[in-house]
Amino acid sequence: MTALAKVLSDSGVITWRNVMNVRRNPEWLLGATLFPIMFVLMFAYVFGGAIGGPGGDSVEYREFLIAGIFAQTVAFNSSYTVIGFANDLQKGIIDRFRSLPMSRFAVIVGRTTADQVLSVVVLVVMSACGLLIGWRIRGSFLDAVLGYLMILLFAFALSWVGAYIGLITPSVEVANSAGLIWMFPLTFISSAFVPQESLPGVLGTIADWNPFTAAVNATRDLFGNVSPAGWPPPSGWPAENAALYAIVSSVAIIAIFAPLATARYRRVASK
Amino acid sequence: MADTDKGVAVRARGLVKNYGTTRALDGVDLEIPTGQVLGLLGPNGAGKTTTVRILTTLLLPDSGEAEVARHDVLADPDGVRRSIGLSGQYAAVDENLTGFENLYLVARLYGQRKPQARKRSRELLARFRLDEAADRPAKGYSGGMRRRLDLAGALVAEPSVVVLDEPTTGLDPRGRIEMWEVIEQLVATGATVLLTTQYLEEADRLADSVVVIDRGRVIARGTPDELKNQIGGERLELVMATADEVPLAVRVLGEVGSGEPTVDERSRRVEVLVDTGTKALVEALRRLDAQDVVVQDAALHRPTLDDVFLSLTGHGTTEEVPS
Ligand SMILES: Nc1ncnc2c1ncn2[C@@H]1O[C@H](COP(=O)(O)OP(=O)(O)OP(=O)(O)O)[C@@H](O)[C@H]1O
Ligand SMILES: [Mg+2]
Repeated sequence: MTALAKVLSDSGVITWRNVMNVRRNPEWLLGATLFPIMFVLMFAYVFGGAIGGPGGDSVEYREFLIAGIFAQTVAFNSSYTVIGFANDLQKGIIDRFRSLPMSRFAVIVGRTTADQVLSVVVLVVMSACGLLIGWRIRGSFLDAVLGYLMILLFAFALSWVGAYIGLITPSVEVANSAGLIWMFPLTFISSAFVPQESLPGVLGTIADWNPFTAAVNATRDLFGNVSPAGWPPPSGWPAENAALYAIVSSVAIIAIFAPLATARYRRVASK
Repeated sequence: MADTDKGVAVRARGLVKNYGTTRALDGVDLEIPTGQVLGLLGPNGAGKTTTVRILTTLLLPDSGEAEVARHDVLADPDGVRRSIGLSGQYAAVDENLTGFENLYLVARLYGQRKPQARKRSRELLARFRLDEAADRPAKGYSGGMRRRLDLAGALVAEPSVVVLDEPTTGLDPRGRIEMWEVIEQLVATGATVLLTTQYLEEADRLADSVVVIDRGRVIARGTPDELKNQIGGERLELVMATADEVPLAVRVLGEVGSGEPTVDERSRRVEVLVDTGTKALVEALRRLDAQDVVVQDAALHRPTLDDVFLSLTGHGTTEEVPS
């Protein structure tokens, strides 16, 4: 086997192991089904009534909202990486991996990839739920696929941040909150649930340049979903080049955090 | 087996490792001839795990050198990893995977193809008497089953050198004996084994030679018998029914023992070191019986690690190591 083939095979095996791990966890069933469904319904009907555009048309708002909820839920899956690493470090599994003739990098890629496998399941559940409440894909099939890939790419980038956080947290307990806490500002100061133009001052600027906003806008666009009538359209460079900006920032996040996480893994593991 | 020619399978020279101001290893040397079992014996904090982690490439030493299965630990860690199997101090078992999946995972990471990995995993599960539990998540395994699964994981690739860090600590007596049997089978296949333990009894049963470490230094080495002889065999202890009989017991034990008896007047307990084991016990009881003296309690104690330590260092194993 060539070195590259071994890295790929190891990554696949580790991905399988991590997916199995999450699947065997009883919380997973809730996390993969009930929570996403609840998010879709709560935002659509609770906020939908209040925010639902000037005409109070919650159908339009629901359509706007879906891409945001998808992206948020999938982004939150990076916490599996954070908690997973903290757990592995505590339980000595990492020592076993390190005593094997396997790729180091695969241990981390296997984590971040497993998150995306789980995310695909979550996306299927949420899409079904979305269709039930009236959301539709208005663009082409290919665009829709690209929309889903956009969300997954951005979530993949976040998983690398998660890997780094998981490797620097001192305990599983800390990892439990450290894995989630940064998700709230990241996903709420954005265009996921409200028009970004409605955010005041500094928050508005942050939302405009938040790569999460770009990922959501790009996906929304690829799905052919539009803002409710009468909402101010998002403006500025990141909004006008949403797909490009989202891809570039995803790649940049991976380029920064993959080496950081890998270096950190070498360090913690050889303590 | 990858490493069949005779020679030295594991060699370490002058290993030093500091954690901050704690000197975990202070120049440890050891050598294991191919196919032999070395017991690394020491109390808590002696440096056993640190030695193991250096030899299995998990940790870099501050200085010193080591070679495992003819691969240099520093220069060729991947070569070392291909030749060894490690069962660490804390069982590295994935709780959410079944026993089978745990072994399959390891086999695949060693680079085995799927059918081979499946076959090898089933084989090992049967050998370690885990076949019934094979398809249940390891979460529900007992401590002994986890330990056996972890050891099975170390053997997936039929390594020529197997490293076991305290394989029986925390097991009940039955689990311990089961584990000993498994390790004996492993040794019979010709593997070289490095085994750490806190129990002389365990080293005695499993090891060809023993290295005793304390505070990061080797304080004794030899065969288990040599070590035990060094502290003078076993201890014979009698408790007399009345204080009047104590002087007689002292005289008798002085005759059958190999040293001066020690007396605890208050509990009417007389003790002496003996070389001849149960023979000395029977002889002492026979002589006392001839004088119509009935002994309240009689016991023969095998030397414990504590005795070895006491005699080698002047401090017991439970004594805290100052940090
Ligand atoms: N990661 C670490 N950081 C700081 N000190 C450490 C670390 N690991 C070990 N030590 C210290 O190094 C010394 C040797 O530890 P080691 O774990 O090798 O002992 P041991 O013989 O395996 O003990 P035990 O029987 O408790 O497993 C101890 O004093 C321990 O406190
Ligand atoms: Mg230890």
